[in-house]
Amino acid sequence: MKRREFLTIPASALGGTLLYTLAREPFRLQAQEGTVKVPLRFFTAGEARVIATACERIFPSDANGPGAKEAGVVIYIDRQLAGPYGADKYRYTKGPFVDSYPEHGYQGKENPRETYHQGIAKLGNNFDELPVAEQIQKLQSMEKTHFFQLLRAHTIEGMFSDPMHGGNAGLIGWQLVGFPGPRMSYKEDIDQHFGAEFRPKPASLEQIMRRPGKPWEDEKA
Amino acid sequence: MTNLKPVDVAIIGGGWTGLAMAKELVSRTSVSVLALERGAPRTLADYAMDMDELDYAIRLRMMQNIAEETITHRHSARDSAVPVRQYGSFHPGTGVGGAGEHWTGMCFRFMPDIFTLRTHLTEKHGAAHLPADLAVQDWGVTYDQLEPHYWYAEQMMGVSGKAGNLGGKLIDGGNIFESPRSQEYPTPPLKHSYASFLFKEATRKLGYHPYPTPAANLSENFTNPDGVTRPGCVYCGHCSRFGCMIGAKSQPTNTLLPVLRKHKSFQLRTGSWVRRIVHENGRATGVQFTDANGDEFFQPAETVVLASFTLNNVRLLYLSKIGTPYDPAAGKGTLGRNLTHQVQGGARIFFDKPLNAFMGAGCVGQRISDYDGGNGLTGEDGLLRLGMLSANSNGELPIASFGALPPGTSKANWGAEWKAASLQWRDRVAQLSLAGEHMSYRQNYMDLDPSYTDKFGDPLLRFTLNWTDHEYKQQEFAYDLSAKIAPAMGAKVDPTRPSRARYNVIQYQSTHIQGGAMMGATPETSVVNPYLQHWDVPNLWVLGASSFPQNASGNPTLTALAVTYWAADAVINKYLKHPRRLA
Repeated sequence: MKRREFLTIPASALGGTLLYTLAREPFRLQAQEGTVKVPLRFFTAGEARVIATACERIFPSDANGPGAKEAGVVIYIDRQLAGPYGADKYRYTKGPFVDSYPEHGYQGKENPRETYHQGIAKLGNNFDELPVAEQIQKLQSMEKTHFFQLLRAHTIEGMFSDPMHGGNAGLIGWQLVGFPGPRMSYKEDIDQHFGAEFRPKPASLEQIMRRPGKPWEDEKA
Repeated sequence: MTNLKPVDVAIIGGGWTGLAMAKELVSRTSVSVLALERGAPRTLADYAMDMDELDYAIRLRMMQNIAEETITHRHSARDSAVPVRQYGSFHPGTGVGGAGEHWTGMCFRFMPDIFTLRTHLTEKHGAAHLPADLAVQDWGVTYDQLEPHYWYAEQMMGVSGKAGNLGGKLIDGGNIFESPRSQEYPTPPLKHSYASFLFKEATRKLGYHPYPTPAANLSENFTNPDGVTRPGCVYCGHCSRFGCMIGAKSQPTNTLLPVLRKHKSFQLRTGSWVRRIVHENGRATGVQFTDANGDEFFQPAETVVLASFTLNNVRLLYLSKIGTPYDPAAGKGTLGRNLTHQVQGGARIFFDKPLNAFMGAGCVGQRISDYDGGNGLTGEDGLLRLGMLSANSNGELPIASFGALPPGTSKANWGAEWKAASLQWRDRVAQLSLAGEHMSYRQNYMDLDPSYTDKFGDPLLRFTLNWTDHEYKQQEFAYDLSAKIAPAMGAKVDPTRPSRARYNVIQYQSTHIQGGAMMGATPETSVVNPYLQHWDVPNLWVLGASSFPQNASGNPTLTALAVTYWAADAVINKYLKHPRRLA
């Protein structure tokens, strides 16, 4: 079995948020703990730092609000890659593999795990230590690659998916865009508030349903 | 291969059409019916925890596992096809209820001229003015024959809407261009969203005739004629790609299955993947299927009903070697002919006010049919048919919608500038949507792929499909119409005009794939007769939108059900009493 890897991050970056351990048991991280060790399912600690940094360049934390770092996007990506999606369990992967028109989408053989490993190799193991301007330049040079397109899509997913998937820590992404999360009813509101912001307080699926969800990535890959 | 005990009727597919036929058979006759569904069972309880955009709307958890089977696509017979490796332009469902579980719920009746489109277009424009490659043809059944079956389907689902033509009398606020209805809708229209309200006001001001989208999302509590009671919609915004957590969206599992379960003569077998219809001497003897453990079975049956999605209906006929494959070069053969999708278009529009677009339901929206079918078109510029234009509020979710920006707002689609712009435009972008008629053409068809196979090693279905000049004209017309409506809604239209791009398998369009096993008046021009009975194998019935010789503007489910009920009457009143070829 692979040596267990942890991502060590300042707890304050994640807020008080619910995470899921490898044993699928939820535990709550407390902001006051200083640093926390998040168990990784797929990445090594070094890989996680590289990806976390790249995600932060894609969705930066700035004066306009929190970004990929605070949302824990890298934790989201780590779980997606460890799960069936990362292994292409739900993509047609029979050959022959041939190039085609862009209208036919990604036709490659590599699954998301392999694509990330190739992408990390291109970014370099020290990517997270480069000056920010160099990080941006490097990502710009990779904009057209399948890896970058996956990374960008996954960053947005990690920002705005239900926190049971590992990102959107403390519902930070939903607060940022004013999305209330899943709710049982808008029957009294749909035809009201015309032209004015209606922003109910966000809640997660677990908070609404009072039981934990079953994220697909927890299915055996 | 294990031989099973014979049944009277074996139905392939546990979705809308298969279960609708099953329900008619077991409630009106004494035959034994077995429905074989390759996916898993589904119940209302499954859907309570599915309000999760990532797993359901992005990763598409309710769809067929594309790793096991997909289609291949090429733009023309000169190209070689490649597999659709991840879902894009359409989403075939799986499990009991099929795509009827995750559908949006739009319930249109087709306009009468669709059923006689070849005759209609020839009369209106003259044969010489129609595109040479046009393959549209008459269905062999008319709107008037289907009207009672439309009404039957609408009652089963409790469709919400407002009639615009009751027996020829035009009614303001409904769709005055619709086919004459014998009855008002079973339930009143859904509520407005802000966007749908603005669209209604704007189009009215411009002289058009807006009406609420007919919806299988119930607007209020409803008990159907079978005694099934369901609640009204709560506008949670999780409709398309989700199952309804409260059963307000009509799905086979919350309308037909509760009735079927009461009948001992009905059995449903899940995890059963039918791989061949077995036949000899022009007669189906049963079906061969593989279960979830990989064990193979032969299920003998007196009558076989093929009722899966269009793709699988056509593929199974090919794999079973039933019918004459279409040869586009020679213009001969029928199986696989007249593949159609649906023409999408319109324009994105930008507001300076929030839309609160996270609230909604699949069918919350208003639309106009002023240019539906051939309304308002002379055909002189080559545009023969258009479709409906609408503003829908089906519940905007944050992953899919983040980053919708007016062009030129941000240089990159990532980074600080992009983030700032995306936050600024958040909840201020809507879409005016064309649901356009897709006519059939000789060069668009389905056959078996020579290289790629499914998980069993059987050949995949191959699409040869591209847009033609007519569809580009539809998109351009719809864009110009949207550009006219947007300012009246207080919005700015996206200046990007439609690009005349090739057919694209990546971008979602709609799960409306029609044709391939079309119905018609003669065996030379169709796969099944006007009762959906196979011309060559009279104890085989092929249901669903695979029978449509061309697509209308409207979404096909309600018509697929109406035609199923029409066929069920023929099976029950004529065929079972005296099994024979009915046409």
